[in-house]
Amino acid sequence: MDKKLAYIILIILLAYNTVLRSQQRFPKPEFESGYIYPEYQVTEPRNPVLEYIDVFVLIMVLGITTYITLKKRSRKYVIWISVFTLAYFGFYRQGCICPIGAIQNVSLALFNESYALPLTALLFFLIPLVFALLYGRQFCAGACPLGAIQELTGIYPVKIPKSIEVLLSSVPYIYLALAILFAATDSHFIICKYDPFVGIFRLNAPVTMVVFGCLLLLAGLFVNRPYCRFLCPYGVLLGWLSRFSGKHVTITPEECINCKLCKDSCPYNAILPSTIDEPKERKVTSRSRFIAFLAFIPIFTVAGSIITGYFSDDLAIVHRDVRLANEIRAEELKGIPATSQQAVTFRESGETLAVLFEKEETIKSRYNRGAPWAGAFLGFSLGIGLLSLSIRTERKDYLPHKGKCFSCARCFEYCPVHLDKTKKL
Amino acid sequence: MKRENKYQTRRDFVRKAGKVMVALPLAYLGVDLISKTTAAEYVWQIDPLKCTQCGQCETNCVLTPSAVKVMHSFEMCGYCDLCSGFLRQGVKDLDTGAEVQLCPTGAIKRTFVEEPYFEYTIDEDLCTGCAKCVKGCADFGNGSLYLQINHDLCKNCNQCSIAIACPSSAISRVPASNPYIPKSGYKMEE
Repeated sequence: MDKKLAYIILIILLAYNTVLRSQQRFPKPEFESGYIYPEYQVTEPRNPVLEYIDVFVLIMVLGITTYITLKKRSRKYVIWISVFTLAYFGFYRQGCICPIGAIQNVSLALFNESYALPLTALLFFLIPLVFALLYGRQFCAGACPLGAIQELTGIYPVKIPKSIEVLLSSVPYIYLALAILFAATDSHFIICKYDPFVGIFRLNAPVTMVVFGCLLLLAGLFVNRPYCRFLCPYGVLLGWLSRFSGKHVTITPEECINCKLCKDSCPYNAILPSTIDEPKERKVTSRSRFIAFLAFIPIFTVAGSIITGYFSDDLAIVHRDVRLANEIRAEELKGIPATSQQAVTFRESGETLAVLFEKEETIKSRYNRGAPWAGAFLGFSLGIGLLSLSIRTERKDYLPHKGKCFSCARCFEYCPVHLDKTKKL
Repeated sequence: MKRENKYQTRRDFVRKAGKVMVALPLAYLGVDLISKTTAAEYVWQIDPLKCTQCGQCETNCVLTPSAVKVMHSFEMCGYCDLCSGFLRQGVKDLDTGAEVQLCPTGAIKRTFVEEPYFEYTIDEDLCTGCAKCVKGCADFGNGSLYLQINHDLCKNCNQCSIAIACPSSAISRVPASNPYIPKSGYKMEE
C-alpha cells in the first residue's frame, strides 16, 4: 500500500516536472573554465520625446506655410518648405506617423475601448484639420511629405477634362469610407498598407508598392498630384473644412481685374472663373434644379446604406478571423483541406470551433452595423457633390475653389496685380 | 421694434452655418478622444511564448530583410554539442560545415567553450528572422532561441504587417519603455 502511494507520488512529481520544465530538456551546464554568460545587447526604440518634437515641427511647418502662402505669397518659398517636409517627414521620419494614416488610429480608438490612442496620433490628426478650418489646405501645400514629393515632381502640368476630374475625385470618398470601416472593426489599416510613397522614403518595401509609387510619380509628371486628388482620404476631410475656412489663399492680392490670365494656370482645375461675361440664368430654372438635386440626397443616402448593408458580410472577409472561420467551415462541411498557415496554427492551438465561430459572428455583426453607415456616407456625399455641381454661383472675381485648392501658389505668378505689387512687372 | 439682420446675404449665412457644422464634429472628436489617449508611446513586439515559429516574420515585414531577429537566452541554453537549432536533422558530422547548418544564411556562430559545451551566438546582420533555428530549438532543445523585433530596424508602422499575418496573434503593441519580451533574464544595455 505504501509502495503504491510512493509510486503515485513519484509519477505525479515526474509529470509535474515535465509539464513545468517542458522547455528545459537539457540541464544548465556547469562550466569549469570560468565561462561567463555573454551580456545581451538590445537596441532601444526611438525616444518617445522625439515624437513630440515631430508634433512641434508639424505646427511650425504649417505656420510657416500659412505665412508664405497668405502673407509672403511666394511660390519659391513653398517649394523650399516642400523640400524640407520631404526631407524631414519623408526621408528622415520615413512617412510614419502621418495625419493620413492617423484617420485609422482615430477611428480604431472611437469604436474600440481596448485601444489606447497615442496622443501624438490624435494631435497629428487634428492639427492640420484646424489649420484647414482657419487658413485652407496649408497641410497639402507644405507639410505633407506625400504632397511634397508630388509637388516637386509635377514638372509638366497637363489639364485633364473636368468630367474625368470630377469622376476620379469620387475615389477618395470610397477610400475614406472603407478605411474608416476597416479600421473601426480592427480589420486592416488599408491607408498604410497601400501608401504608395512610403516605400520610396524607406528605400525598402514590397516590390508592388514601389512599382505603384513610381507609376504614380510618372503620372504625376503630367497629371500633378495624382494621389492627393484621386486617392487621398485625408484630403476629403481637409477639403470640407477648407471650404469653410476663415482666411483662404486668393489668386490676386487686391482687386481682380478679370484679365483671365490665371484661368489655365492651375493644374488642379481649382480656379473658379468669374461669371461677369456669362448670361444670367433665370431664377426659376436654377431654383427648381436646386430643389430636384436636394431631393436626391436622401434617396442616395438610403440607397447607399442599403447597398453596402447588403454586402456587409462580403466586406467582413477583410478581417483575418472571418477568413479563417470560412476556411475551417469549408473544411468541416465540404471536406476542402484547410492548408493556410492560419488554419494549421488554429488546428495546432486546440482552440474550439465554437470560440472561432463566435468571434466571427461578433465581427460580422460589427460589419452589419458599420457598413450601412459607410454606404449612407457615400450616398450623402454623392448627393452633395451633384448638388454643388448643379449650383451656378455668381462671381465677380477669379477665385480658387476653397475645397480643391492645395494653396500651392502656382497661380500667383500669373496675376498681373500680384506681379505689379511685388515689383516684378 | 425692427430686428437687424445679422447676416448680410444668404450666402454669408450658409457660409457661417457651414463653418459651425464642420467645426462642431472636429471639436467633439478632440474632446471625446482626449480621454482615450495615452501619452506613452507603443511599439510592436513578439511574445515568444505565443510564437509558433511559422516563418511569417521573415516574409511579411515591410522591410527586407525583416526587422525580426533571433535572440538567444544564454541562461536557458544547454550548450549542447548536438544542437537542434544549429544542425539540420540527421546530419552525420557534427561540424560547422555549411551543409550541416540549419540556418540558411549561416547567422549562428558555434564556438567551443569546454568539453562538452559549445556556445551559439547570433549574427543579427545575417539573420533574416526565418525562425528555422527557433523551431529546431523549441522542438528538440531548451527553447532558448526566440524571435524579437529589433527596434533599431523596426519602423514602428502604424499597423505591423506581420501582426496581421501572424497566425498565433503573438505580435502586439507594448509600451516603448519596456520594448522587449525576453524569454528569461538578460540585461538591457544601459
